[in-house]
Amino acid sequence: MLRPLAFVLPLAAAVPATAAEITNFTLDNGLQVVVLEDHRAPVVVQTLWYKVGSADEPRGKSGIAHYLEHLMFKGTEKFGNGVFSDVVAANGGTDNAFTSQDYTGYIQRVASDRLDLIMEMEADRMTGLILTEELVAPELDVVLEERNQRTENNPGALFGEQRTAAQYLNHPYAIPIIGWKHEVSALTLDDALDFYPLHYAPNNAVLVISGDADPDEVRALAEEFYAPIPANPAVGERDRVDEPPQTAARRLTFEDPRVAQPYVVRTYLAPERDAGAQEDAAALTMLAEVLGGSAATSVLGQKLQFETQTAVYASAFYSGQSLDDTTFGLIIVPSEGVSLAEAEDALDATVAEFIETGVDPEQLDRIKLQLRASQIYAEDNIGGLARRYGEGLTSGLTIADIEAWPDVLQAVTGEQIVEAARNVLDRKQSVTGWLKAPDAMPAAAEEVSQ
Amino acid sequence: MIRFALTLAVLLSASLPARAAVDIKEVTSPGGLSAWLVEEHSIPFTALEIRFKGGASLDADGKRGAINLMTGLIEEGAADMDAQAFAKARESLAASYEFNVYDDSLAISARFLTENRDKAIALLRAALIEPRFDTDAIERVRAQVLSGIASDTTDPGHIASSTFDALAFGDHPYGADRAGTAESVAALTRDDMLDAHARLLTRDRLVIGAVGDITPDELGTLLDTLLGDLPATSAISVPEVDFALSEGVTVVDFDTPQSIAYFGHYSGLKNDDPDFFAAYVVNEIFGGNGLDSRLTVEVREKRGLTYGIGSFLVALDQTEMILGQAATANERMAETIDVVRDQWRHISETGVTQDELDTAITYLTGAYPLRFDGNARIAGILVGMQMDDLGIDYIATRNDRIRAVTLDDANRVAKRLYRPEDLHFVVVGKPVGLDASN
Repeated sequence: MLRPLAFVLPLAAAVPATAAEITNFTLDNGLQVVVLEDHRAPVVVQTLWYKVGSADEPRGKSGIAHYLEHLMFKGTEKFGNGVFSDVVAANGGTDNAFTSQDYTGYIQRVASDRLDLIMEMEADRMTGLILTEELVAPELDVVLEERNQRTENNPGALFGEQRTAAQYLNHPYAIPIIGWKHEVSALTLDDALDFYPLHYAPNNAVLVISGDADPDEVRALAEEFYAPIPANPAVGERDRVDEPPQTAARRLTFEDPRVAQPYVVRTYLAPERDAGAQEDAAALTMLAEVLGGSAATSVLGQKLQFETQTAVYASAFYSGQSLDDTTFGLIIVPSEGVSLAEAEDALDATVAEFIETGVDPEQLDRIKLQLRASQIYAEDNIGGLARRYGEGLTSGLTIADIEAWPDVLQAVTGEQIVEAARNVLDRKQSVTGWLKAPDAMPAAAEEVSQ
Repeated sequence: MIRFALTLAVLLSASLPARAAVDIKEVTSPGGLSAWLVEEHSIPFTALEIRFKGGASLDADGKRGAINLMTGLIEEGAADMDAQAFAKARESLAASYEFNVYDDSLAISARFLTENRDKAIALLRAALIEPRFDTDAIERVRAQVLSGIASDTTDPGHIASSTFDALAFGDHPYGADRAGTAESVAALTRDDMLDAHARLLTRDRLVIGAVGDITPDELGTLLDTLLGDLPATSAISVPEVDFALSEGVTVVDFDTPQSIAYFGHYSGLKNDDPDFFAAYVVNEIFGGNGLDSRLTVEVREKRGLTYGIGSFLVALDQTEMILGQAATANERMAETIDVVRDQWRHISETGVTQDELDTAITYLTGAYPLRFDGNARIAGILVGMQMDDLGIDYIATRNDRIRAVTLDDANRVAKRLYRPEDLHFVVVGKPVGLDASN
């Protein structure tokens, strides 16, 4: 028989701080540059992060941040329409981009001797994008098909949109990143041309280079390609409206004949990681692990999947990386024959019992041990390291915060986790959603014809 | 995201190997097990990839889903540990084990720290050699599998691919979902789990790759501990299969705003076919993910019909196919299919240009070394190479073989690979103006 605790101490003592060598500097035009060195393979990843996301869009123009992300692949004077990706591919590389509520990121992965090329091209399109009606019109159709694929065709995603909209009365996190369909359909070339110069500027961006890169070389290349772009003084601090205190629980039921497996999701407004003050978010991160980390050993999994078999799946989720208030969530997928009401009651009872009982110290030790090991495993992925820094630095954190985060997590006590649960898991600050097929209606019938 | 990554369970491109600078050692354990190893001592952990050839296709007649359910139970109790004790032990070692079952293989991906390697391997050994298949664990995991099957029945993408497979392969295991049906899974017993385990987990089915902080001697000892007590063989093979689908359109009526099309035909192009590299390059031009392919330019960029479209070469143990996938609004699916058909015919009749060929070769040879960053990625490539019977020296010659593809090769193979007269579309949705035909 293995005795879990016997292994905790030696490992804890032995895990070194093996984080990639990090270099950090800022150009005169305000562009922050971070270099994460890993020379195991001749591969380098460039990521450029703009401090603009869907929550920064003008009212009525939802989806413009994501649409502009697509349009960034069109062309500039120096590199014509579609050339960007072609050049990356012709050099064996891959590229992509992503839009979130708080940031828009661009990524390329190439052989390390091609870093100069992708830095030149990425800098060039920061302010040099040329857009015309002929270029932007078909891309709007592509975006609408992306929305069809991700959202319209997926009842779980439609349910998520309704829940999120119910969660935020005032704050723009209520709006889906890809945009509301009716507003996306109406986006124009002018909307893109208005949005672009306001947010795409060196003083609103973070460049993260990871992999086989030399910091001095990166600095020289950044001076050559990025430094000539003037700062835009019109770019200010992000100024978002605040969410008023939530004082009444909200509920919704989303019905769709395509739902074969109903479930319940409950989300609560919750604090996010703030610069210099990550303790509350750390306690919530650990709370999500304790409640829902692994089916066989977490509070919800043990009780609802193993002991009572009320659920085929039960878990908790939380991500503290967010510029403004985020959410802490619970989910339960009921077993056959268990109603959504019974499942929700069982979920609440389990959480209430946990708050009374407190955290199992052995479970907390195991979670902390795994978090330490995950730092070692994370070293294996240079793209993941770049994302950690890029997302953090565009979500209101500093490099010191990002580096301190593992230690802040390790310092969380069982008492703080229960305290966080008492503070955040307040029904008055929650949205409870049921996803189900309409009553007295079988799941969508299919019929084959040839 | 600007780019939609199309995925299939068995993608040829995923198993192609890479970079010349990687030093692969062939390790034979004292007990006779063979593995490929790349030593990488800079981070104190090892990534170990294990495959058991045969996968879900070794399901016994009438027991579809048995191997999938058995795979789900491997971590749910072993030796003197029940599921929860096993999970606690694994978490206390900060090791991770993943088990995934495919048509032709069971894949095990393990990561463990150098610090407690022996204990992590002892625990994984218990899971592989001494699984308990406790009744309560079977019922719990069975319920999860049934929940997944229920969800799949209303997922248009899943309906499309499984309809295509059923029409193409009929009663062969390839024709039915690996997870099984609600009926077949409901009927599985503990004896079926023991039988599924005995069919698949044998030493003659093993393929092993390791990358990380471990020496050849250490790996040899580790492998004997981990796998040496498995039975030598189960002497069960997967039946041969005929591809039964011909030219036409199948429409599965499903009420959803965006239709999904899954299309393709039999190709007969095995991994060791002399035309394999030419086919690989030509499909990169036609429907690949890396470059702006012809399908992407015609369907997405010029017409805005879709967010993602692509085509893939698929080589399973018993069949080979060229397949593609696209999603578009119901009103525009008929036009999308017209464009795909035209492109299929066009490349078959006129081939590719020298310029396209040069660009694709530059891309494929340039992308080659980029696959080799990270222990876990390299370990996956090592087992992929062995699964395809590629030699340990293959890496050094791979780019030269890509470069050796001439325009004549490409165009001869384009005619062989793309056969509009065989092209079949399965469309799931409410496509407007699209007639089903057979």
